[in-house]
Amino acid sequence: MSSPQWLVDKRSAAVHTDQFAMPSSEEEVWRYSRVADVDLSQWAIVSDRSEGVPAEAAALLDSLGHLAGTVVVRNGSVVATRLDEALVAKGVYVGSLVNGPDAQNSLGVVADGGPDVFGRLNDANFLDGVLVHVPAGVTVEAPIAIIDWIDIDGSAVYPRLVVRVGADADVRILDWHGSADIAALVSPLVELDVDRAGRLSYGNVQMRGPRVWQIASQVSRVLNDGTLTSSHAGLGCDYGRMRTDCELIGRGATGNLSAVYFGTGSQTLDFRTFQHHAAPDTNSNLLFKGAVGGQSRSIYTGLIRVEKDARGTNAFQTNRNLKLSDTAWAESVPNLEIETNDVKCSHASTVGPVDEEQVFYLESRGVPTEIAERLIVAGFFDEVLEEFPVAAAVPLIAAAIDERLDAGVNS
Amino acid sequence: MGELRIQGLTAEVAGRQILNGVDLVVKSGEVHAVMGPNGAGKSTLSHVLMGKPGYTVTGGSVSIDGVDLLGLPTYERAKAGLFLAMQYPVEVPGVSLEELLTEALSALGRDSSVVHTTVAAEAERIGLATRLLDRPVNVDLSGGEKKRNETMQLAVLRPKFAILDELDSGLDVDALRACSRRVEAATTEFNLGVLAITHYSRLLEELKPDVVHVLAQGRIVAAGGPELADELERTGYAEWAEDEAPPAAADPFADPFA
Repeated sequence: MSSPQWLVDKRSAAVHTDQFAMPSSEEEVWRYSRVADVDLSQWAIVSDRSEGVPAEAAALLDSLGHLAGTVVVRNGSVVATRLDEALVAKGVYVGSLVNGPDAQNSLGVVADGGPDVFGRLNDANFLDGVLVHVPAGVTVEAPIAIIDWIDIDGSAVYPRLVVRVGADADVRILDWHGSADIAALVSPLVELDVDRAGRLSYGNVQMRGPRVWQIASQVSRVLNDGTLTSSHAGLGCDYGRMRTDCELIGRGATGNLSAVYFGTGSQTLDFRTFQHHAAPDTNSNLLFKGAVGGQSRSIYTGLIRVEKDARGTNAFQTNRNLKLSDTAWAESVPNLEIETNDVKCSHASTVGPVDEEQVFYLESRGVPTEIAERLIVAGFFDEVLEEFPVAAAVPLIAAAIDERLDAGVNS
Repeated sequence: MGELRIQGLTAEVAGRQILNGVDLVVKSGEVHAVMGPNGAGKSTLSHVLMGKPGYTVTGGSVSIDGVDLLGLPTYERAKAGLFLAMQYPVEVPGVSLEELLTEALSALGRDSSVVHTTVAAEAERIGLATRLLDRPVNVDLSGGEKKRNETMQLAVLRPKFAILDELDSGLDVDALRACSRRVEAATTEFNLGVLAITHYSRLLEELKPDVVHVLAQGRIVAAGGPELADELERTGYAEWAEDEAPPAAADPFADPFA
């Protein structure tokens, strides 16, 4: 399959405008990151198409119950697509981006070039990309699931997802990032576009193998009275980074951003969030909760930016971290930048061990220390998981958290 | 006939001695009230018995039916038959009451499959709304609901001995009556021994004490029948009030050789 000319042009533009120089960890947004250890020449960009649905992806889809549509992506190639007929008739599209409706205008609609060099690398190197398009006024009842699977050792893969939710349309999407136990560099770029009064609930589960490096970017744009709910579960990878840019550009737009993450062994999980209020009466609510065990590390830095015109803004940002071992490390840096007086803003951040009083309470009822701590840690994530956009994925996330607790995280 | 035996118990918090040798024996089915002024060491006593972190036992012994408790972690003390109804029940977000009691009963080697029905029955008996049972433990409960919840857990777990740490604080009269009646019933139902730590005698209107002890300055200074509680209510604790100056407040300009 050959690429259309517009895509060839876009890619070569990406290649020519930038030398793909790696950012420095001196830059605030890369502070504490492991970007200095990224050597692009070490990874082979996947340019051949992959075929066939991996068994793991098929099993995963089976466990998710009724889905309105599915896409399976393998090493950047779309290998399977399905969408309920009734939705096809309503003009909903789920599948390969390059073959999708209005593909040229959809690509880069929110994040042309992405926020950093990895976004530009994605522009230059993504294979098919995935497009989910829901026309104005259409409600998609059951969730749509995308399984992004990688199984070529030593590869560099650039998954691309564009979601366009029309005015007053409504859709829930699960975007599952998995892999075989391979080493790979993966740099997904996700664009979420919510039109007037549209509602998008997007759940992203990052459960790549333990030798994968992932540097991801999610950029969203919400128009008047639209609502984006974006939830992330960061569990896999050796180094797993996600940058979230939420642009509330229409009056009354809402962005709900949440995440759970759990590091073990020598993992690094790295989160950067930007809540950008560019219009009046916009609301954002961010809750990121993480746990670090073993020698793992987590980084959270977040910025709420409220523009001069964004009167009547409500913006909240909370990051809570449980430190489960002496050798684990969590960094949390919240920031506010506010240029108008008429706002309600708050931020909170904590890093600490499991609450001793809570453990004592459970123990006083006869629950052994270890089980008490497990209950508390699992419960710590509940408030985020309860709101996860695709409920069928929650037991899978909870099981992965239990697995980490079973493996022991105290040392 | 079981017994909770406390002998010569001394303990300190942050290097400061709070308990100065407490002696007390509670037998199964008995209710003992421990009353005393603020700062007498009442809460310290309850925390030390249950093994709360932050307290150091410096001497003495505590046992249930001959099993030494002081060497055991908190959950093993619970397994030995001790229960603490806390003055300030801790909120545990994300952990439901049913989860907690299921884990507790299975750790105690009991049938945990009956948790749901037992909890529902006990909740009804003590007037705890069933909608609260699926909620995280103690989160957003009122003072009265928290105390009913503590008492309900006591009834489900059926320990040998229960320490009630100011069960009568922070709740309304209806809740107080429900809680104290439930504990009183437990003394005959499953022969529960009770150590009720309280500042006021109102708890003892429904929960009839066999013995009333006065705890002052970290030791039991008087004991008597139920009439002692009434007397304390009238006269207060002035007789046993702290008479020595706390060492931390010593005059820095005082003559050290005086």
